[in-house]
Amino acid sequence: MNTAPVEALALDAITKRFGELTANDAVSLSVNQGEVVALLGENGAGKTTLMNILFGQYTADSGAVRVFGKTLPPGNSRAALDEGVGMVHQHFTLADNLTVQENITLGARSLFSPGLGRSAARARIVDLSRKFHLSVSPDARVGSLSVGERQRVEILKALYRDVRILILDEPTAVLTPQETDDLFATLRLAIADGLSIIFISHKLHEVMAIADRVVVLRHGKMIGGVDTQDTDKNALAAMMMGTEATPPKVSPATPGAALLELRSVTTADVGSVPGLKSVSLALQAGQIVGLAGVSGNGQAAIADVVGGLLHPASGELVLNQEAVRRWTPRNAVQSGIARIPEDRHKTGTIADFDLVENAILERYKAPAFSKAGWLNWRKSRAFADGIIDKYDVRCPGADTPIRLLSGGNMQKLILGRVLEADPQIILANQPVRGLDIGAVNYVHSQLLAARARGAAVLLISEDLDEVMALADIIHVIADGRLSPGFARGEMTPAQLGLWMAGQGFDKGVAHAS
Amino acid sequence: MEIIEILFTASFWAAAIRIASPLIFATLGELICERAGVLNLGIEGIMVAGAFAGWMAVYSGTGLWTGVCVAMIVGMLFGLLHSTLTVPFGLSQHVVGLGVTLLATSSTYYAYRLALPEVTSPPKIDAFQPFEIPILSDIPLLGPALFSQTPLTYLAFVLVAVVAVVLYRTPLGLAVRAAGENPAAVAAQGLSVTAIRMGAVMAGSGLMAVGGAFLTMSAFDSFFFEMVNGRGWICIALVVFGSWRPGKALLGAVLFAAFDALQIRVQQTSLGTLIPYQIFLMMPYILSILALILMSRRAEVPAALMVPFNKGER
Repeated sequence: MNTAPVEALALDAITKRFGELTANDAVSLSVNQGEVVALLGENGAGKTTLMNILFGQYTADSGAVRVFGKTLPPGNSRAALDEGVGMVHQHFTLADNLTVQENITLGARSLFSPGLGRSAARARIVDLSRKFHLSVSPDARVGSLSVGERQRVEILKALYRDVRILILDEPTAVLTPQETDDLFATLRLAIADGLSIIFISHKLHEVMAIADRVVVLRHGKMIGGVDTQDTDKNALAAMMMGTEATPPKVSPATPGAALLELRSVTTADVGSVPGLKSVSLALQAGQIVGLAGVSGNGQAAIADVVGGLLHPASGELVLNQEAVRRWTPRNAVQSGIARIPEDRHKTGTIADFDLVENAILERYKAPAFSKAGWLNWRKSRAFADGIIDKYDVRCPGADTPIRLLSGGNMQKLILGRVLEADPQIILANQPVRGLDIGAVNYVHSQLLAARARGAAVLLISEDLDEVMALADIIHVIADGRLSPGFARGEMTPAQLGLWMAGQGFDKGVAHAS
Repeated sequence: MEIIEILFTASFWAAAIRIASPLIFATLGELICERAGVLNLGIEGIMVAGAFAGWMAVYSGTGLWTGVCVAMIVGMLFGLLHSTLTVPFGLSQHVVGLGVTLLATSSTYYAYRLALPEVTSPPKIDAFQPFEIPILSDIPLLGPALFSQTPLTYLAFVLVAVVAVVLYRTPLGLAVRAAGENPAAVAAQGLSVTAIRMGAVMAGSGLMAVGGAFLTMSAFDSFFFEMVNGRGWICIALVVFGSWRPGKALLGAVLFAAFDALQIRVQQTSLGTLIPYQIFLMMPYILSILALILMSRRAEVPAALMVPFNKGER
């Protein structure tokens, strides 16, 4: 660009305290028109607080927010919206039972204007979705849309309001790799149109791909900024954590006997999600088996079959060389299968229960925690305190409701709960989704440690990098079918990508045998 | 076969429409509250208060329409109490609603005793009289049934259309529906969930009170205790029956009222001598439960119904 850059947004020495905690300490940030600035920081570094101040949801203790030179009144979301600040939250703010158009036009007109101007609104939505390649039907109910489509609605909602500065809070956490590519294509179109973007993400390669500049927050302070062309992923990770982030080293595996096998397991389809089609899979002691694939291709079915939540229509489950007859979640836990569930909020924890209750959630009936129907709170509490200590769960104490913990700390508690039982088989379903690098490396090193002491690990992940880094054997799942197992290093990401897209299965049968 | 004959008399349908009218007002009121995400169990008591307030105003010398307004204002005040406790304070909507019903009912009885300490039988007022709409009321069967009613009944039917248009065709209605589906979506647009929900509860409570006032000012011409007699609870069911849609709720109200009108008439036929009359009294309720089971299978409950919203909470 030849013209001098126009400053779209300036945050000027923002300070925000919550009691003892200084969430933002004199943070300054400036974003030019048409620029993409990535905001990096570990969980709890103060990113969300900063964005909430910018968006008028919190009032800063001191400092000012200026949008195109105009100072925003503090604590007024409406004013921020009117000046063209838009935000796509990590948890979408859409109403499922309303249509796409209704969600987009909500609040766009004065509440007391007589009509909705439906046809004009519709034309504008169609226009915008064509211009920015955001295909979605205005009349569809949001509840019937996929996660990727819902995000398109959120972005359309911002564009509909002539957004000039768009905040994206971890926009790719819920997207498949393809959807991420589509999102980036859309964003590039909008940037060319003059949109400024603040991009919050943990995924450094995405930050490198989309951002012009990166700024890093650590413990509420702005550590500094660099242009992406002058840095790389490792340097960014080091800036974020204050130390060099070293992914755990992987030594060669020494696989033992098969502990759990699925033999020709077939399950029924559930809605649009395909069931398993004659899947055979073996988990051997001292080995990590990775399951790669785009989510919704049968991963959940495999996890549920192993965890006892889903019964195969045909085929069998073999535990320690013996076919199992009755298989319930309780049997699974008692047989030494540890589960790190995909959604730690929904199925991993009970939000309003404290850490002690969540720690014994799966094993409250074990003699260690209850006798003759009475819970032993003293021992339970000692157990929870032990996990908090050993796994570095940062929290005000064991009697805190778990919903107050950050995702990383919640996951550490789940990890501790699971690993303290010395499980033989570990089912890790998306164990690092939404965690920052420090926490990711920690979870990975714990899984490798479990492998080293002879546990069989099934790692289900959408992140191909993660699977390739950790797994000794990689299977790809697509449309309910499982590829043959590939040894570490046997396949390139591109080759695995073809399997993920469903190619290779027909000729792959010969390969498997 | 007398039943079939009953179904073809204009007086039967006229009675059904008359019985339906208070239910229509109150059901619309409850529907507005629930669409915004607030269950208003104060409905029964608010109807009692509205029935008394409207009647008392007219008895004290105001005009009929002023009486309707007085009833509405009293209802809105109870709505203000209900919504203050349930919306900004986020208290349990069940407990608050039942509390409002008890408070409204008992304070109405107290007010009645204070206002008329000496009376043994409640005084009468000059209630709304049927108004025959020219030409339309001459249509056979339909005319006498639909177009020879009191002005309040016409108002009830007009309000169904008004509520439907506001809910589905205006930004305000969209905001109300969104507040009942996902209040976070409303807050993210810089709108006040608190204001929208409180406004909806107050408007809805006003309609419930008018529904009560219909009883003392149109259906009858006097106030007596227990006259609301569970109609509020019926309206809660009618909202579900109508899948939270004004048009279907109207249909439900008329259907229930038709059952009610029918049982009164069947009691007087030869069947009435064979079967105890209590069975007939039960009939509308039993049929309503059956209809509810059939209709509410696919009902779309507002997703955030009974979920308090606190800004900034995860």
